[in-house]
Amino acid sequence: MKPRTLFEKVWDAHVVRPETDEAPAVLYADLHLVHEVTSPQAFSMLREKGLRVRRPDRTLATMDHSIPTVRKNGRFEISDDEGRTQLDALAKNCADFGIELHALGTEGQGIVHVIGPEMGATHPGSTIVCGDSHTATHGAFGALAFGIGTSEVGHVLATQCLLQRKPKTLEVRVDGWLKPYVSAKDVILAVISKIGVGGGSGHVIEFTGSAIRALSMEARMTVCNMAIEAGARAGMIAPDGTTYDYLIGRPRAPKREAWEHALRGWLRLPSDEGAAYDKSVTIDGSALEPMITFGTNPGMSIPIRGEVPDPERVEGEQARAGLAKALRYMGLQGGKKLLGHPVDVVFIGSCTNSRIEDLRAAASVLRGRKVAAGVRTLVVPGSQQVKREAEEEGLHHVFIESGAEWREPGCSMCIAMNGDIVAPGQIAVSTSNRNFEGRQGKGSRTLLASPLTAAAAAVAGRVADPRELGS
Amino acid sequence: MEAIRRVASRIVVLPERDIDTDQIIPARYLKTTGSKGLGQWLFTDWRRDANGRPRPGFPLDDPRAGGASILVAGSNFGCGSSREHAPWALFDAGFRAVVSSSIADIFRANAAKNGLVPVVVPVDLHEAMLAAPFSFATVDLESMTVALESGKTGSFSLDRFARHCLMNGLDELGFLIEQQPLIGAWEAACER
Repeated sequence: MKPRTLFEKVWDAHVVRPETDEAPAVLYADLHLVHEVTSPQAFSMLREKGLRVRRPDRTLATMDHSIPTVRKNGRFEISDDEGRTQLDALAKNCADFGIELHALGTEGQGIVHVIGPEMGATHPGSTIVCGDSHTATHGAFGALAFGIGTSEVGHVLATQCLLQRKPKTLEVRVDGWLKPYVSAKDVILAVISKIGVGGGSGHVIEFTGSAIRALSMEARMTVCNMAIEAGARAGMIAPDGTTYDYLIGRPRAPKREAWEHALRGWLRLPSDEGAAYDKSVTIDGSALEPMITFGTNPGMSIPIRGEVPDPERVEGEQARAGLAKALRYMGLQGGKKLLGHPVDVVFIGSCTNSRIEDLRAAASVLRGRKVAAGVRTLVVPGSQQVKREAEEEGLHHVFIESGAEWREPGCSMCIAMNGDIVAPGQIAVSTSNRNFEGRQGKGSRTLLASPLTAAAAAVAGRVADPRELGS
Repeated sequence: MEAIRRVASRIVVLPERDIDTDQIIPARYLKTTGSKGLGQWLFTDWRRDANGRPRPGFPLDDPRAGGASILVAGSNFGCGSSREHAPWALFDAGFRAVVSSSIADIFRANAAKNGLVPVVVPVDLHEAMLAAPFSFATVDLESMTVALESGKTGSFSLDRFARHCLMNGLDELGFLIEQQPLIGAWEAACER
């Protein structure tokens, strides 16, 4: 048999009907994750057509995007009618169609891409879809996981299948070993900077190499999470001992004989010796520095001590114009360092960086220190479970004593749909995934960075190198 | 869905590369449970200043853009989130085709499902269109060609299945529903 990549093995195992020139493949989705923002129109479609949900047992819902992250007198107050209508719609849709929902205020609630893995619902070799582009997160387990639109949410609800053309494969190999204070976030920002925000279009990325193998599961999730920011359909990492150690014993992981059986299959998932990728890129992980973005897409990043590129020195009219426009929006000058630039807000959270290891990293910087005067700092755990874990470890005391706000789980200031916003013109160092114009609120300016770098900025009140503060 | 065989109109040009879905429609307008009426928020933060007044010179509000149904944008159009609200907003604002040298994967799939033809053209044709705002163009799905007012023509690429659905006003779900027996057999084989 022809050697196959990890992606090809997972793809082949889920093709219900192969693709032809005339029609895409019918691809089976093992798990469908649902949230309040991209699902109501899909459920309406089911009702209009009189369809049922084919596999409610393979469907899992949570509330995350537009929910408040503060309780007032112990209760969540949803200030806007539209937001409440959307949450009520999800609750009703889940009740009517028999779907498990982790609603606001319940112990299993959290960001959709945080709760799946922590419940053990994300399995190696499976296919996972969700009406959310950061579904790629689950690829960290060797799953094929990708974001879909609302029409496709309807397709999966009705048939558990999707129509898909087979994507190409792109290997991103990160060799060497990461230096201290260089994290998964820095790796993925460096990758996107190298291949560009459209560099992965039409492809599924498989991350390989010693620096990737050495990452924890949570760090691997951070890497795969942002595959979409390079335009890729999905990001994947082959499962290994790290994956199985993370998964075993979690509520939704297979048990006993079922585990043994599943494991035998998972052990065959890694790409075969000699398997060919359509494209390959190599990065020297040992040379990476903490990264930070300066522009208005995630490909516009520099090492923390680097200089913002000067549009005058950029080749190509369109590229020059694009960079100049981004810098105008950001209020930054080309040719200057970002280090020392004042910041107004620090956000630690999102499906990229809100897991317990991220919070530990941020706390390692904030412990015994104070957030600089005038810097609003939010720490938003990814799930109720992450919040409980952090509180058991006393991390919330570290955050609160430093002057940061310790919040309830949700997408919060990453997408700014819930009132957690960065004011017009303000600049935020954020551990989230997108620095698009207005992403964190109209007129907001975002610098993407790791939890260590974000926490360092909170303490310094400026863009700072976490290596200088020490932990 | 309406069948669509040909789109002919003046073109509105947004030459920026990597236009993301947050620009097409900001997240604060995603709280709707419907899909209609989003055209008013299309590119709203580019179109309007902090006080909600139109920014002078924005192409979409140019008198020559009136009735335009073809948007021509810089490469990698529609990158970012999976929100289908982006094609819904474009469709609601009257657009029936989006032309670029590359269109982000999820946006492209979403557009085709909503009567908005994602038209990927070769670089030379793309550049000719970027350089001719408000000129007349025709996108013909029958012949898979784009014809410009200048006389320049070129072919474009579009998935055959997406084209079939667009030209016949078909919903892709219909095709999937027909596959149910196959899906059931596949599930049974896997779960045995």
